[in-house]
Amino acid sequence: MQFGIFTVGDVTTDPTTGRTPTEHERIKATVAIAKKAEEVGLDVFATGEHHNPPFAAPANPTVLLANIAAQTDRIVLSTATTLITTNDPVRLAEDYAYLQHLSDGRVDLMMGRGNTGPVYPWFGKDIRDGIPLAIENYALLRRLWTEEAVTWSGKHRTPLQGFTSTPRPLDGVPPFVWHGSIRSPEIAEQAAYYGDGFFHNNIFWPMSHTKQMVALYRRRFEHYGHGTADQAIVGLGGQVFMRKNSQDAVREFRPYFDVAPVYGHGPSMEDFTRETPLTVGSPQQVIERYAAMADEVGDYQRQLFLVDHAGLPLSTVMDQLEILGGEVVPALRRIADARRPAHVPDAPTHASRVAAAGGGHDLTVHGVDEVTGASPEVAR
Amino acid sequence: MTRRIVVVSAGLGQPSSTRLLGDLLATATTDALLEGGMEAQVEVIELRELAHDLTNTLLAGFPTGGVRPALETLAGADAVVAVTPVYQGSYSGLFKIFFDIVERDVLRGTPVVLAATGGTARHSLVLEYALRPLFTHLGATTVGTGVFAASEDWGSAGEADQGLTARVRRAGTELAALAGARVGSGPRDPFADPVPFEELLSGG
Repeated sequence: MQFGIFTVGDVTTDPTTGRTPTEHERIKATVAIAKKAEEVGLDVFATGEHHNPPFAAPANPTVLLANIAAQTDRIVLSTATTLITTNDPVRLAEDYAYLQHLSDGRVDLMMGRGNTGPVYPWFGKDIRDGIPLAIENYALLRRLWTEEAVTWSGKHRTPLQGFTSTPRPLDGVPPFVWHGSIRSPEIAEQAAYYGDGFFHNNIFWPMSHTKQMVALYRRRFEHYGHGTADQAIVGLGGQVFMRKNSQDAVREFRPYFDVAPVYGHGPSMEDFTRETPLTVGSPQQVIERYAAMADEVGDYQRQLFLVDHAGLPLSTVMDQLEILGGEVVPALRRIADARRPAHVPDAPTHASRVAAAGGGHDLTVHGVDEVTGASPEVAR
Repeated sequence: MTRRIVVVSAGLGQPSSTRLLGDLLATATTDALLEGGMEAQVEVIELRELAHDLTNTLLAGFPTGGVRPALETLAGADAVVAVTPVYQGSYSGLFKIFFDIVERDVLRGTPVVLAATGGTARHSLVLEYALRPLFTHLGATTVGTGVFAASEDWGSAGEADQGLTARVRRAGTELAALAGARVGSGPRDPFADPVPFEELLSGG
């Protein structure tokens, strides 16, 4: 099982000091957090994509992820999420394939539709087309990765005639794709249809809802013939704040919770922690809570935590990563590995996908004329 | 087959004349169903008890505390009695918050009787200019007779054929007729019955 963190890159005032970081500080902190995640032994770092303040998440996650790839060796780089609605699938095909090469395959991505209505018109789209855009754009993206010359026409972008997206996916294997959705059964259906992963970002939702979405995806995954329902590839979100003593965690996090843009002024922290995965307490409490998630949704492959939010200072986020990597994740990993039946797969990685494809195949498209040159084989 | 009648009451007093009107309407509906040979089961959603959770639901974006069971109760209704006090010439804010968070299509085709209480009969058209448009938007089937009870209605029997009791009986009979005739299918459950992907892919 994979454990990691995801960030939405919010630039939030620290309510205990009144200080708001600059965008520059937030961006640099994000890179530091990703490097720390690798250092403490986490498996995945995922970044959101945003196009509006108060977020300093990249408009194109591959920019940030390429920078992190250059400074890390092992951690898988992913997104939370890549907007499949408003981005041109041609650019997504190109950028993420390029990132695959730069990172030596340490990349996968999570498709999402965005959570800010105005983002659609900013990119010339209509929010009422959210689901149709997600479906058409992703169908095209897959073809751009798997077919060398794509002739295509659809409703939401100009047609393509014999178009080749470059670079070709590393080893001939496109990045693994997760589909993230909180409320839309259509997206669970889409993930199931393709046999892709399904990620339920449940951080603001009760387990009863998460369970319903995951159950639908699993049932349809089996229906479409990708394996049994319990072999479907599931990821969950979550958010935690930990200190050695749970009372210290509660005391320290409460001022952040009480005024945070996404939590504040609503349900009490106690109500919110009861109804959502937010867990504020000791590492042991976090372990118990998250180990029990599989009882609800079945054995799953990826657990991502949100830890850099609500205006927490970088030093505190680093403490949280130390606790996650040092204590919580090793325990959760042991529990998950012990309970998972042998026929339930791990989350796909580049290596496992290359192996499943019978080995890597370089798909470089070489020029065929005198000007752009011939393939190395022909030239030799 | 037992019909489920759900009363949604936005009364704040205890005891509340709004709740009382809701109970009278539920009883009248039950009686009318019984006359037609049908059993009825009455459930009451007291919005007063959910006031904090309803506000939290608006802020949190998901149904908190008692709101989820209340929404499930509403979704399972064969007939709804919606009753609110009149504040500032319209339904109360609490009443509106509850219906603001009802998911689309949950009440589509559900028979609803509209009812309100107020200090003076001069507010009685609130049923027509405020409540009925709201329930039309929700796609509910509102019965023709709405019941408005002013303070004076509670103290007087009124004319035998037009007092509060008579109006309640008429509304209950109309609601029972629709509830009894309703083929309870409810909205499509997207989890039990998802749109197949080929259909989504072809733009269907």
